[in-house]
Amino acid sequence: MISIINYGLGNVTAFKNIYKRLNIDCKIVSDNNDLKKASKIVLPGVGAFDWAMDKLNESGMRETLDKLVLEKEVPIIGICVGMQMMAKSSEEGVRDGLGWIDARVKKFTIDKNIVLPHMGWNDIELANKCLLFQDLELNSRFYFLHSYYFKENNVSDVVTKTTYGSSFTSSVKKNNIYGIQFHPEKSHHWGEKLLKNFSNIEHA
Amino acid sequence: MLRSRIIPCLLIHKNGLVKTINFKDPKYVGDPINAVKIFNEKKVDEIMVLDIDASVHGNEPNYELISKLANECRMPLCYGGGVKNTEQIKRIVELGVEKVSISSAACENPDLVSEASSIVGNQSIVVVADVKKKLFREKYELYTHNGNKRIEKDLFSFLKIMEDLGAGEIVINSIDRDGSMNGYDIKLISKIKKNLKIPLTAIGGAGKIEDIELLINDLGTIGAAAGSLFVFKGKYRAVLINYPSIEEKDKINK
Repeated sequence: MISIINYGLGNVTAFKNIYKRLNIDCKIVSDNNDLKKASKIVLPGVGAFDWAMDKLNESGMRETLDKLVLEKEVPIIGICVGMQMMAKSSEEGVRDGLGWIDARVKKFTIDKNIVLPHMGWNDIELANKCLLFQDLELNSRFYFLHSYYFKENNVSDVVTKTTYGSSFTSSVKKNNIYGIQFHPEKSHHWGEKLLKNFSNIEHA
Repeated sequence: MLRSRIIPCLLIHKNGLVKTINFKDPKYVGDPINAVKIFNEKKVDEIMVLDIDASVHGNEPNYELISKLANECRMPLCYGGGVKNTEQIKRIVELGVEKVSISSAACENPDLVSEASSIVGNQSIVVVADVKKKLFREKYELYTHNGNKRIEKDLFSFLKIMEDLGAGEIVINSIDRDGSMNGYDIKLISKIKKNLKIPLTAIGGAGKIEDIELLINDLGTIGAAAGSLFVFKGKYRAVLINYPSIEEKDKINK
């Protein structure tokens, strides 16, 4: 069962609707008892880094989540701020991140070519093969809405790059941990395909 | 490449979907949820829903409707109407709305922009400026409350302040072009865009796809929103939801 973490932020219902349409079992979980049963986890996110970290920490699910992800190696996908939370820290706030991936979240540098936030539909370029992006249409595009980006320390964690002013990491993978900067739940059939691919990933 | 966003803008009045001309004479065009479903099928870039009753009547945002819209939208949603404080903005974002737009509240209480953006992030705070051009003069005035209340502020410095306070996007809504379908006010939009470091969206005047093409050709990456264009068809303004295909959009975005 795919568990969509409801810690009071992000569009949990949008994910649920997509999986429902795809006939894939999923559940919105708001407490430890439900979360423990997860065989796959979606960690959504909208909003500022500190707000999101506070909400997750206050949800009471943090410890269980760490255990599931790091010890039981349950596949998890973090979306937008949900991805950024997987880093150690963010220039957007002062809270510690989840620290699952050796990375920091940085602010884009404004120059005359770009405005911030990076808002709208952009392309992705595959840097490393990943099941999430299997059989995606060639002209796939995704919706981005952010001013901060994920800067990993290990190049091998990078899955896709996107160009906005310069090139930045738009998705990562480390073992069972997946993070994507754009919003698949708001990216029509392209995003739906990606979420379907996530549902097919085997628990190692 | 980041593409320009082509955005249907839907107006809510008495719980139905309407289209106005010069912010007046709302014409009923259908049910909002049903419209969103059709726009899903058309794979629109983004959608903007403005409740034109809420601020005028001093009502709270209709959270039930917002929640339904957010759940139905398979594209990003920007909601506006009746938003006055940070608590409301947080609540709307928590319902799964990507962007919340404020207009009169930003004029009356600019600090709301900095307060809200520091909590929900500036990417979710949109300031909508309703603008009317003075007759026979290259001068623009700022309005709120559906064009009924004039604000004594210089438009350009107001927008700059909004940007500095943490707005993540500016929407310029042209009152005199609303429903006219005779093209965007490119001169005005161009002048505003030059001075901004945040995304800009224009609405008011688009009557055909070529108007959008012209705007993007002249100004580069931008948000091009429209109401009438995407809900009416033909010179008798028959209600028919329409939107360019991916191929048509790719041609415009070249």
